[in-house]
Amino acid sequence: MRKLFSLSLLTLASVSMFAGGYRVSIQGQKQLAMGHTGVAVVNSAEVAFFNPAGMSFLDKKFNLSVGGNALIAKTRFQSSKFNQTAATDNMGTPFSIYATYKINEWVSAGLAVYTPYGSSVAWDQDWAGAHLVNNIDLSAIFIQPTISFRVGDVFSIGGGPILVQGSVNFNRNLTPNPLLSNNGSGTDVTLDAKGISASGYNVGMMFKLSKKVTLGMDYRSEIIMQARGGSADFEDVPTIAAGSFTDTYFSADLPLPAEFTTGISYKASDKWLFAFDYNYTKWSVYKSLDVDFDNALPTSINPRNYKDVSAYRFGAQYKASDKFTVRGGYYIDESPVQQGYFAPETPRNDSVGYTGGFTYQVNSKLGIDMSFLYLHFDEVNNSYDHFDDPTTNNGTTSFGGTYKSSVFSPGIGITYGF
Amino acid sequence: MKNKFIILATLAIGFAGCEPEFENEVNAAYSSGEADFTTYVAVGNSLTAGYMDGTVSRVGQTYSYPNLLAQQFALVGGGVFTQPSFAEDVNNLGGISGIPGFGNRLVIDASQNRPEPIAGASTITLTPQAKAYNNMGVPGAKSFHLLAAGYGNVANLPNANPYFIRHASTPNATVLADAMSKSPTFFTNWIGSNDVLAYATSGGAQADGVTPAADHNETGNLNPATYGFNDITNSGVFNTVYTNIINTLTVNGAKGVVCTIPSVTSIPYFTTVPYAALSPTALGGAANITALNTQLYGPLDAIFTAYGEPNRMNPLSATAANPILINDADATDRSAQITGALTPTLGAATAAAFGAVFGKARQATAADLIVLPASSVIGSTNSAAPAGINKNGVTFPMANKWVLTATEKAKVAAATTAYNNSIVAIAATKNLAVADMNAVMNQLVSGLQVDTNSIYTANYFSGSGTEGQVLFSLDGVHPNARGYAVIANEIIKTINAKYKSNLPLHNPTYFPGISILPTN
Repeated sequence: MRKLFSLSLLTLASVSMFAGGYRVSIQGQKQLAMGHTGVAVVNSAEVAFFNPAGMSFLDKKFNLSVGGNALIAKTRFQSSKFNQTAATDNMGTPFSIYATYKINEWVSAGLAVYTPYGSSVAWDQDWAGAHLVNNIDLSAIFIQPTISFRVGDVFSIGGGPILVQGSVNFNRNLTPNPLLSNNGSGTDVTLDAKGISASGYNVGMMFKLSKKVTLGMDYRSEIIMQARGGSADFEDVPTIAAGSFTDTYFSADLPLPAEFTTGISYKASDKWLFAFDYNYTKWSVYKSLDVDFDNALPTSINPRNYKDVSAYRFGAQYKASDKFTVRGGYYIDESPVQQGYFAPETPRNDSVGYTGGFTYQVNSKLGIDMSFLYLHFDEVNNSYDHFDDPTTNNGTTSFGGTYKSSVFSPGIGITYGF
Repeated sequence: MKNKFIILATLAIGFAGCEPEFENEVNAAYSSGEADFTTYVAVGNSLTAGYMDGTVSRVGQTYSYPNLLAQQFALVGGGVFTQPSFAEDVNNLGGISGIPGFGNRLVIDASQNRPEPIAGASTITLTPQAKAYNNMGVPGAKSFHLLAAGYGNVANLPNANPYFIRHASTPNATVLADAMSKSPTFFTNWIGSNDVLAYATSGGAQADGVTPAADHNETGNLNPATYGFNDITNSGVFNTVYTNIINTLTVNGAKGVVCTIPSVTSIPYFTTVPYAALSPTALGGAANITALNTQLYGPLDAIFTAYGEPNRMNPLSATAANPILINDADATDRSAQITGALTPTLGAATAAAFGAVFGKARQATAADLIVLPASSVIGSTNSAAPAGINKNGVTFPMANKWVLTATEKAKVAAATTAYNNSIVAIAATKNLAVADMNAVMNQLVSGLQVDTNSIYTANYFSGSGTEGQVLFSLDGVHPNARGYAVIANEIIKTINAKYKSNLPLHNPTYFPGISILPTN
């Protein structure tokens, strides 16, 4: 046990996740396999994330769920207007660790460590959209000590503070104008901020309407990642601009939006469980990414104008035998990115997710969970129309074309409990 | 149970191998339509040669609009596109070694904040390449030069063309014959600008800068062999020559595009320097202005007014910008009247000198166009002028060559219209596509929004903040690389519309504008 745990911790060092929209819904093997439903499902320690209130309804005294995914995200770009093509393949490794402990019949305590936000997109350096992004690596680890109280037999509440440790590394060219090019290599800036701390909270409640029907509700607060004193490193600056683009420090705020989830589960029989979740994410908080430099450089204003979005999740679980449980799910995930704001750092449009997985119960204490996720994106024509070249004043420049993405993510985890 | 595992594993591998694929690949829809781009030949002048910043350089040539077109043609069956070799230009300086007037390319010297020819000695020589190329753009060529034998014969210098000398297949080959030797299946023809532009850029003056150049629409001279370099070609001659060129290019059934001639009023060479360039500060303040009015502007104004031209000169204003003083070859000569009027106060000899200097002088008006190089002449001391009246444009009239007067401008406009009417009419007889560059350039004057939403202007470079919207190079006449991309796009749109082809555009944002060096 100890060994597995330390292995997982090792991966923390290199954690980086996919995003489009930079929210990554991969927070537990069992629930991911069920379409990432779970606000009204009491299955395992994963409930500490989906709805802390549910911890009180777990049967075992101690529950541990540890898992991780390989997230393979591929995006293709093309513009038939200008005969441009580009591709980016990225791999992320979101993980989660959940532990719950039943202190007594009415109170349970838990710890949840998970990575719900992240973005790792690397295009070829100096590609056609290099003035918007060459590469970005955004990661955030959420650590959530959690407590849950049961009130009577049918109702519970729970919650806990969320402590976030994040980092961002972002590289892009300053302008598409080759004037600011040093021997053909565009002048670029790398923004790097590590050790960004922030906090928020997660609260939920659960209500067992009957032996078969459970209702759940969960709210995760907005968290603003405030990067302060990050380094801004300018590279390939031609001599004529060397005086303007000097290495400096920067400040920027990146919001992680509030998320409200409500859902229902229905235990049709000893073998069958069905679940439905509705997520509402307040992405409209993300108006603009403004990078304020410490030196005389003007603040870089990058309008985002995200909109609030919903996700509709459906999941089912079938207990085939004492050893095997099989799961499947489906969800519709709206993109917060609006027409004309489609930046290649988060090349994400509406998607449909198909999930599946199973658990092999080795013994009464230990189970092995497998899951997979396939996200289907329709081909989309969109552009980012709000790039204001800092070196000149000829209006905003549009960069767009056709994007097509796909995401596949197999995952593995273990569940341990007694 | 084992089977289930295998199914899941297979599923996993299947999805992992899933590449995102477009319904239609980017190049699936590109087509040549009714055109055959197998052998594309471009005929024209400096604009076609990729001339910019006052020269053709090795790198600048790669941005010629024919070369940019050929890159797109290559997607739909276009073959190799060759251009005259500038491999000699190792340091990308342009110019031509040893030929006066063919200087290095212009750059902005940031330390001086002005355009200058880039430092260094040109390595471009007249060594004959004796080879026909797909790009037959010859800088400086007028319409009739394309048909002129010996235009590329070094023995005919200075009447031969140094650029054509470099690549004429034989010393007496014509530009058009060399072009036809490539057997074009598709062509572009943008010739005719120089038939009127040489006159305009020289302010309507001959090479001496003073003597008026001829407008052969007035003289009726139909023999181009007798034309001075800065003369305006007779529009009947232009029509005949242009017909000949188009008949030749289409003799084997080639399709193509012809381009109209831009109006000079859309070119920064003529629109950058204001006619009222003399601010009160530049004139040395109120005291100086009063002195100038008392001693010079007042008396001259009185004389012109007395002879019925009250607004030929007016006193200088101490609060607003003042027009420069110019020499108008078409003005009524008042030298005798000035001499007569000033003799009592200045004495006969000085009065006669004043009469000679100011006899054809007047103040510029908004209808006059001041040429770009005048900016460094206005206000400077003219060493050839009499002391006391030797400040160019202030106390000494700017010579003919610095100003395209309203009268001269009208001649240019009339000829341009006549040429463009010929171009459109002749193209129609062969059912050719017409790229209306005159219309495009006129849009640039008010700001042209291109396909990326960026707005470009016809303004001259005026500081790094404007660099990104400038489409003209530092010579003020020719586009920069970005400008040639915009031109190529306009031609592509014309081709797509006329020949039902589908060719992609170039993104002008990715093309360089002005060369700026920290020091030169």
